[in-house]
Amino acid sequence: MSSETNKILTTDGIPLEESLKKAERKNKIKAFLLVCPLLLFLIITYVFPIGEMFTRSIDDKMITNMLPNTFKSMESWDGQDMPEESVFENFYIDFKKLVENKEHGKLAQRLNKEKNGFNTILKKLFRQIQRNKIDENGSFKEQITSLHKRFNDVEYWRAIKRTAPPYTMAKYLKGMDLFIDENGGIAQVEEDRRIHRILWLRTLEIAFFVTVFCFLMGYPIAHLLATLPMKYSNLLMICVLLPFWTSLLVRTASWMILLQQQGIVNDFFVMIGLVSDDNRPEMMYNKVGTYVAMTQILLPFMVLPLYSVMKTISPSLMRAGKSLGGTPFVAFWKVYFPLTIPGIGAGCLLVFILAIGYYITPALVGGASGTLISNQIAYHMKTTLDWSFASAMGLMLLTGVLVVYWIYNKLVGVDNIKLG
Amino acid sequence: MALPKYTETRYRVWHYFYLGICTFVFFFLIAPLFVIFPLSFNAEEFLVFSEGMKRLDPDAFSLRWYEDMIYGTKNPWGLAAKNSFIIAIFATLGSVILGTVAALGLSSRHMPYKGLIMATLISPMIVPLIISGVAIFFFIAKVGLAATHLGIVIAHIILGTPFVVITVTATLSGFDHSVTRAAASLGSNPINTFMKITLPLILPGVISGGLFAFVTSFDEVVVVLFLAGLDNTTIPIQMWTGLREQLSPTILAVATCLIVLSVLILVSAELLRRRSERLRGINR
Repeated sequence: MSSETNKILTTDGIPLEESLKKAERKNKIKAFLLVCPLLLFLIITYVFPIGEMFTRSIDDKMITNMLPNTFKSMESWDGQDMPEESVFENFYIDFKKLVENKEHGKLAQRLNKEKNGFNTILKKLFRQIQRNKIDENGSFKEQITSLHKRFNDVEYWRAIKRTAPPYTMAKYLKGMDLFIDENGGIAQVEEDRRIHRILWLRTLEIAFFVTVFCFLMGYPIAHLLATLPMKYSNLLMICVLLPFWTSLLVRTASWMILLQQQGIVNDFFVMIGLVSDDNRPEMMYNKVGTYVAMTQILLPFMVLPLYSVMKTISPSLMRAGKSLGGTPFVAFWKVYFPLTIPGIGAGCLLVFILAIGYYITPALVGGASGTLISNQIAYHMKTTLDWSFASAMGLMLLTGVLVVYWIYNKLVGVDNIKLG
Repeated sequence: MALPKYTETRYRVWHYFYLGICTFVFFFLIAPLFVIFPLSFNAEEFLVFSEGMKRLDPDAFSLRWYEDMIYGTKNPWGLAAKNSFIIAIFATLGSVILGTVAALGLSSRHMPYKGLIMATLISPMIVPLIISGVAIFFFIAKVGLAATHLGIVIAHIILGTPFVVITVTATLSGFDHSVTRAAASLGSNPINTFMKITLPLILPGVISGGLFAFVTSFDEVVVVLFLAGLDNTTIPIQMWTGLREQLSPTILAVATCLIVLSVLILVSAELLRRRSERLRGINR
């Protein structure tokens, strides 16, 4: 019997298989159409802009558009000896155009970043052009090089050539306190100007320790909440949920009151005789304040996933472990603890990711040592308006978070995230 | 958690030690919130408990900071509160509508590329806020909505939808799809089925997702700091500026109001959760 004759037909005479496939396709399209509005909304307002951050962070087209002829004629120059007459001629043409558009200042600024000293010599050239002192029929090379000895230095022409590509990694290097030196190699900035590396390390350190503290404090109470009878645990759950629902700034404000020098925590220390009244320790505007406040603020994010996992572990497992001869500690370590690992993973991931991007609380209670990488990004977005640098640092941070997320996914699996 | 009589001493000690740690942690979590309460009724300008307050002297307490919050001439709290509520309400509506519809599609078993799409939809929750802030700012500035309410509402919809998507897909995972098929076989069109059958059943999930979105918007400061102009100031922005400049008792009065609000939200979220659990229990 051939399969042709064996096909089941629907009432319309279409093979059932085909008809089912059609229905399946229709359902697929229906489901996709439901998701479409949100997906499109997020792609336009969120995913694309993140991509735009990337193009913005590597963009260096400004100078490419300013010196188009110069870069063209420099293509054949090997960068060893002084460039030929045509390079000088084109540089003069480009620069004159910039002077006409009053954009020569921008060029000087950009080139000065590449190599110190451009500002002075370009100003000199600008003045010559303004006074029409350059003879357009004579040799440009001779006239320009005679203006200033730096124009005769091949290093300066090499610096111009280096800026030719429309893309640059300079912002990313700057985020790691590196820069491209005169030979095109990567070098470190001077020791006293290496601020970003300190910020990265501090951000990582704070995020890591806050996660550890949250875990150490969250695990016992999640365990208690999961093992107590409903009646009591519901009541105690309020202690976790109320801070969770309370405004971040309110909680930060309360820590500012508690930790101030005349605050209640210091009062208490004086009362029990830990410190003397006239020698109250500074607990705010340093790392202590940051750790204490951030741990309390992020603790619910640790407790809730732990609780939801622990709730599913049957108490008879521990009893079985003990009845088979394990001491309570052994039973806990060998039976209970491994079962809670998905919860630990979810809680730690959540707290770490939230902590690494935090800046409101550290900025308020952390003082000078409380600036984290996020503060720096916000600072460049709002104050210096160096948006491309802010984008570059944001993307570096995002890469870090994605790496953590990827490791977590490998170790525990993303599906285990639960929201209380 | 009474210990059985045969417990050895060392485990008994350990048990009380454990209870002690738990008490400390619960205290650590909840106590800071209660500091604000009495200090907001302080008659003096300092943020410490005055001698009078310690003696519970009625003269040491006053409502002057609450008066200042509401009637104070230079205080921007009225405008901030109005803006915060308007923005949060519209952001919640937007998040709930977009998020619920998307969750309906996502929980269909026919959905193609489920993992990838889910990851995209909840990404605003995973990406650190500061990065979301920069990206959203670029978009809002490009379409010319910076320093408008609409711009902030769009930003908060982006940040709020992941919560709605997660809670509603969770609710839908316990949803019996045969009821919608029954409705369809009885001649109901899809929209009617959704309004009369599906929505009432998943409503607890939708509302609790909405609460998350509301709180996210109401409490959001990082992105708003990029987007807001002088007319769009919100409560979190005012608190942020206030806390940075000088910690005034008026801020504590505002904070007290916010704590009361969060108690209300907590109670409603808890009631919803229980209702949703009950409903899901019936379905099983």
